[in-house]
Amino acid sequence: MDIYLPIAAMSQDVFVLLALGGAVGFLSGVFGVGGGFLLTPLLIFIGVPHMVAVASSANQLVGASVSGAVAHWRRGNIDFHMGIVLLIGGFAGSASGVWLFALLRRMGQIDLAISLAYALLLGTLGTLMLAESTRAMLRLRRPGAGRRKLHQHIWLHGLPFKMRFRRSKLYISALLPLSLGFFVGVLSAVMGVGGGFVMVPAMIYILGMPTAVVPGTSLFQIIFVAASVTVLQAVENGAVDAVLALVLLVGGVIGAQLGTRFGMLLRGEQLRALLALLVLAVAAKLAFDLTIRPADPFSLETLGQ
Amino acid sequence: MRQALLLLLLLLGAAPAGAAEPLVADLTSHFVAITTGFTGANVVLFGATDGPGDVIVVVRGPNREAVVRRKSRVAGIWMNTHQLTFTGVPSYYAVYSTRPLDEIMPPAMRTLHDIGLANLRLGTVERNRSPQEIAEFRDALIRQRRQEALYADATGGFNFLGDQLFHLTLAFPADVPTGNYTVQIFLVRNRQVVGGQTSPLYISQAGIDAEVNDFARRRALSYGVLAVAVAALFGWLSSLPFRHA
Repeated sequence: MDIYLPIAAMSQDVFVLLALGGAVGFLSGVFGVGGGFLLTPLLIFIGVPHMVAVASSANQLVGASVSGAVAHWRRGNIDFHMGIVLLIGGFAGSASGVWLFALLRRMGQIDLAISLAYALLLGTLGTLMLAESTRAMLRLRRPGAGRRKLHQHIWLHGLPFKMRFRRSKLYISALLPLSLGFFVGVLSAVMGVGGGFVMVPAMIYILGMPTAVVPGTSLFQIIFVAASVTVLQAVENGAVDAVLALVLLVGGVIGAQLGTRFGMLLRGEQLRALLALLVLAVAAKLAFDLTIRPADPFSLETLGQ
Repeated sequence: MRQALLLLLLLLGAAPAGAAEPLVADLTSHFVAITTGFTGANVVLFGATDGPGDVIVVVRGPNREAVVRRKSRVAGIWMNTHQLTFTGVPSYYAVYSTRPLDEIMPPAMRTLHDIGLANLRLGTVERNRSPQEIAEFRDALIRQRRQEALYADATGGFNFLGDQLFHLTLAFPADVPTGNYTVQIFLVRNRQVVGGQTSPLYISQAGIDAEVNDFARRRALSYGVLAVAVAALFGWLSSLPFRHA
């Protein structure tokens, strides 16, 4: 059964879209990340224009992260204070990101920028995560491993404007979450991702937040960053397909519930190792595609549609 | 179909009497609505001629600007390095003819009447580009559009009833651009155009999709805010059944 997507201006099989949303939702349920980093490339792969794919992913992300954040909020696992500081950085970042997106688009380099950003970021993260989860698995084998400290203090925490974050049991410079929020905001606008896959490791390893409050707080701030990206993309580039986003959401919600249940069957470090391999595979594919000779070196973009 | 038959009867009546007009033709419908579930559309063209001859039909969509970019290898990576912006590019262009165009009329005649992909009049925004470069980018534009089935030239497909009556099915793909189209019909005899007619066609989104698109264009901010609100509401609703999980 085909459905016509009004902004993408194309017909697409509704079951393909539901399956796509479902698969990405499943992964996000298993790994606790948004899955946007897979959704955008998959949408581009089925023929949705780059711009519409990025903007509509941000729109579907609003729904997906509300759904996830509500569950964490009920368990009291959101540090609102930290979330708001991240958010201030996030708004500035997403505004700059949408502007950067429009600039790159005019230069004809948006596709390259999206692919390069994905390849570099996913490659780095995948390697780091794989190393960390391997170490964790090895540590479990060794009995009598020492208890970890609450969190590691690094020099970054000592920067000025120190703030207390009670829920996270932290007293660190506000510049740190602000710049993290900014960086993730830019990513969100340019890549159509929530940035959970950057935010979550950064919250754990750079900010030193307790693991329990990380996913909820990350989702909480993603809601607002994704919302601002959606509105800015709608105004600046007219690229948000709300029908596409809604169909993806329907599939995503079902997938996420199944994924969460499946995720409970696996151990944390195994899960992280699996996610790392998945992330590395996507990065390798993107990097490889950039180096092979394109079938046709020419490409075409129609203006003013 | 009843409408088509009626039209055919009308043309049958008109053909012998209309000796003044060598060619009479019309579309069975001047409006194509793109609704949810649109997978392409067929529009039937009916016509009558005053005797044997070749028929050429040119379907042209609204003009747009289009950027053609060329990739080349920079430090091992393929990236866009050259670009050329064309103006007056038809968003859809199809030529149907009873025989191959070069058998029907000489190139100069085709240029005169703007018939065929080789005779698209495209302008460029950038100045100081060599004719070879422009030709190369122009070929690429036409090649890409052909692959998307938005540009086409087809020989045959005409159904003649005797030598004077014909009908032809114009097939539009699922991602046909919207806007005002023109359908030009030419009758060619002894390499000369002896009759011509132009018929308008309007392709537009209709129903809920058209309203969404129209709203998104005219009131982008409200649309963006609404898109966010709907997604957020959906996300919240979807978390309710799993509250106790």
